[in-house]
Amino acid sequence: MAKPDFEIPELKADTEAPAVQEGTMSHSSPFIAKPEHQRPLSYPGELVEDWHDRAIAKMSDLLGKYRSFRVYLDSCVKCGACTDKCHYFLGTSDPNNMPVGRQDLLRKVYRRYFTLVGKYLPGLVGAQNLTREVLDEWYSYYHQCSQCRRCSVFCPYGIDTSEISMAAREILNDIGMGQKYCNEIIAKVFKIGNNLGLPEPALVDTLEGLEEDVFEDEGVEVKYPLDEKGADVLLVTPSADFFAEPHVDGLIGYGKVFHEAGISWTLSSHASEAANFGLFIGSYENMRNVSMRIREAAQELGVKRIVFGECGHAWRVAYSFLNTLAGPFDFLDPKYPIPQHILEVTHDLIKRDAIKLDPSANDDIIVTFHDSCNIARATRMGDMPGGQFVIPREVIKAAVNNFVDMAPETIHDATFCCGGGGGLLTDDLIELRVKGAVPRMNALKHVIEEYGVTHMAAICAICKSQFTKVLPYYGMGMDMIVSVHQLVSNAIVLEAKQ
Amino acid sequence: MSYLFATLFYVSLGIFAAGLALKLRQYWSVPAPLKIPTTPAPITRSGVVFRMFREVVFFESLFRATKWTWIFGWMFHLGLALAFVRHLRYVVSSDFFIWPLINNWLVQFAGQYASLIMLVGLLGLLGRRIFVDRVRYISAPSDYLMLILIIMITVSGIMMSFIAPIDVVGLKAFMVGLMVFDWQELPSSIFLIIHLGLVAVLAIIFPFSKLLHAPGVFFSPTRNQVDNPREQRHVADWARSLDLDSADQSSG
Ligand code: SF4
Ligand code: SF4
Repeated sequence: MAKPDFEIPELKADTEAPAVQEGTMSHSSPFIAKPEHQRPLSYPGELVEDWHDRAIAKMSDLLGKYRSFRVYLDSCVKCGACTDKCHYFLGTSDPNNMPVGRQDLLRKVYRRYFTLVGKYLPGLVGAQNLTREVLDEWYSYYHQCSQCRRCSVFCPYGIDTSEISMAAREILNDIGMGQKYCNEIIAKVFKIGNNLGLPEPALVDTLEGLEEDVFEDEGVEVKYPLDEKGADVLLVTPSADFFAEPHVDGLIGYGKVFHEAGISWTLSSHASEAANFGLFIGSYENMRNVSMRIREAAQELGVKRIVFGECGHAWRVAYSFLNTLAGPFDFLDPKYPIPQHILEVTHDLIKRDAIKLDPSANDDIIVTFHDSCNIARATRMGDMPGGQFVIPREVIKAAVNNFVDMAPETIHDATFCCGGGGGLLTDDLIELRVKGAVPRMNALKHVIEEYGVTHMAAICAICKSQFTKVLPYYGMGMDMIVSVHQLVSNAIVLEAKQ
Repeated sequence: MSYLFATLFYVSLGIFAAGLALKLRQYWSVPAPLKIPTTPAPITRSGVVFRMFREVVFFESLFRATKWTWIFGWMFHLGLALAFVRHLRYVVSSDFFIWPLINNWLVQFAGQYASLIMLVGLLGLLGRRIFVDRVRYISAPSDYLMLILIIMITVSGIMMSFIAPIDVVGLKAFMVGLMVFDWQELPSSIFLIIHLGLVAVLAIIFPFSKLLHAPGVFFSPTRNQVDNPREQRHVADWARSLDLDSADQSSG
């Protein structure tokens, strides 16, 4: 960890709203996409000359396409209920990181160009022209929103700032001012099939390596198949699962679960990525193009079910949007949810005694659980509302004996984002990531001191990478963070079947 | 004066109705292309109706967010609702079947004192806007003016109700007269003039201001959608054309 050139916030027992300090994060701005990152997504290579008119035209287009955008720009009453709900405001004190402050950056332009009062009495309602300064402000602060939706939980009208952020990013992309990190990744998916740009031979290598490792450790031949036609299950998982720590231990866990349950499964090199960054840039078309790869892979391999690995925003696109974007999936087995989460699969197997876990294998650790923002507030697991909180905890409790939850105002649908979601998991935003993690770090530190918690389990590739990176800034070990299926992997009792 | 107010009444009501109708049509015609309910969300239609009911009647989300804003906001809206019902006696004719529901001791009493509850709520909201630095930061002049406008309506109402009573029989004659285009004399009272004048202003700005939160909440996709994306495919009209395009490609 290099010495940071910014101050690391001090952790406290409780997260409290700081006093407003204007401009503390106005310098934060991610790298702008180069033409080669923009073109594969059908966006102009660089800022177009008529950006002003084009941005307003795009805004008008989106106002006609997204009810959320239209209604939310009109409905805010400036009640302030959301002002202390965003982890980025709590960590930076910058009022433009208050959800309503963030919305207002776009709302002031909306009012100027699209409302009667804003046209004739701009000062009255804080309406403003779209200037180059405003544009830069958009670029900066709409890349300080992880689209975690915590604000939407508390707003009396359900105003979801992430909808505004996505629209803003789409407008920025449309005038040639995209973000390098997201767009480069999406281009890689189009070209190679995953965010990390791992080609098929590399995947084959990695998976063979995993098979050898597991055989060495357990003496059981667990398979990690790729592109196997006729398998029952297509597993789509974030590409970080193929090599990053602690992600890969989760992937090892999925394989063991399928093995023990006797479910035939396969990964796909064509759809070797669960995450869908099209979501982050608010682009229906790009999100759809990425999703279609999963449909194509499922058809090509002739599977009966699609299961998603541990990933937060990925599960949002899968659970909430896949059917919309790439459906209907009438060629899959309707007996199973389409798509299904790996935790739903494992949970069900545990309930039916189809696999056995021995929690004493994890007796050396005390575990807490981080609800990933997009799973908590934008999806469901199982068949009852809130299953997304219950199922992961039940699986963890089956795999470990010592489990403690963090403070109630920081879990379930009030959970705090890890600080790196929504397309911000890039080194050029490290200050934002470190500061945005404050509320979660506070809550974690509390259970460490109070209950001796040693590990925090997560079910999202971004959360895992972000915490691994950020924990050391706060004097905590990067290996504290574990995959839920890593706990399962440790505890599962493998009986060499065949 | 009476003619002026009669005209103002028609004009403001016209702008209110037309403006609101246009807005509603706009909200209605813009689709929500993706399923975005804030979860945990109801998995049935009736569950959504119940969620919306809790949101609109009890301000459930606001309650979770901040107790002070909730208390003041709820007092104001509750007072407003009660006062509104009480005011119906000025426009409902006494042989109409709902008359006994309005013209009884309880409704009139509650409606009268509701104005005080309203005032406390409004002053609390104004205080927060001024003294909480985060709320001050997000407030535009219009946000203060809106509160002041409603406070003035409330106070002028309180004056007539408690301190300087007006000729309510005359007022009713005027109001009913407006509805049947038979114009009557407006009772003379400075408070009544202020009260009615500002209500007309409020009605006029309604469709152009943040008062749109009232219809807006019913159109909010994070609150009004059923959480069933796996069970039911949800596709907006404009997105359907993308489906057709790719079907064309695969067949051609
Ligand atoms: S979506 Fe999350 S990151 Fe974005 S403004 Fe709301 S609380 Fe902050
Ligand atoms: S909670 Fe909602 S209505 Fe209140 S200020 Fe925030 S976005 Fe606006």
